[in-house]
Amino acid sequence: MTELKTVGGVTAVMLSGDLDHHSAGMMRTDIDREITEKHPRRLVIDFSRVTFMDSSGIGLIMGRYKLMCEQGGEVIVARPPAYIKKVLRLAGVDRLARLTDDISGLIPDENEKEDEKIEQTTPQTN
Amino acid sequence: MSRRPLRPINEMTLTFPALSENERFARLAVSGFLSQLDPNISELSDIKTAVSEAVTNAIVHGYRERSGEVMMQVRIFEDSRICIKIQDKGCGMADVEQAMTPLYTSSPEEERAGLGFTIMETFMEKVRVKSKPDKGTTVILERTVQGKRRL
Repeated sequence: MTELKTVGGVTAVMLSGDLDHHSAGMMRTDIDREITEKHPRRLVIDFSRVTFMDSSGIGLIMGRYKLMCEQGGEVIVARPPAYIKKVLRLAGVDRLARLTDDISGLIPDENEKEDEKIEQTTPQTN
Repeated sequence: MSRRPLRPINEMTLTFPALSENERFARLAVSGFLSQLDPNISELSDIKTAVSEAVTNAIVHGYRERSGEVMMQVRIFEDSRICIKIQDKGCGMADVEQAMTPLYTSSPEEERAGLGFTIMETFMEKVRVKSKPDKGTTVILERTVQGKRRL
């Protein structure tokens, strides 16, 4: 399952359940729709509720990394459980995307500003 | 370790259609069957990941998402040695070595990372692959289960 929220130029994705070839397709469609509509500068993918992940998860991260790079944005892999970290390290994902166990400060507060407003007023920083 | 007893202590065989919905079922079936060995969480997740890669390969590459059957056999030998065989009668491969090369994938457009065999080889002690074009592919995964007592 995929829960998405874009606030202040940051798209936060909460994935849950098993991430395999079967579920990756649906997750990919959901995330890409949000990215192409909202053009975030940062994509935070939260893995804390992912119960299983194989190399399909690596494909999912790599694909979103490419997409975000094209838009000049970054990908953050947040809160992966130990069994997922093992697969991430094996694939060398930590060399492409930032891995973090702490998401505080990465996702702007929902009540602060609308992301449309911030896109108009924030100058390009990268 | 090198002398594997010929007769398994316990075994099971499953056959299921090559549907992506069954990738999860295959993992759950393996972990259910192996629960009698009382594996620790880390080795169970290693085994499930390796099985998932092999079954996904059979569905995605063996049958190219067309219909067919995947056979999975799990055998338990003495000293908690396990042997998992995953077999398809799909298109097979002419070059097994190339398929096993890290990051090689025949379907980059599907966002396959090309890490299936690398994961199987890392998470299992022994991986054997037999394949013949138009006949199919058999993957045999082997390792020992230590169980919770040695965690």
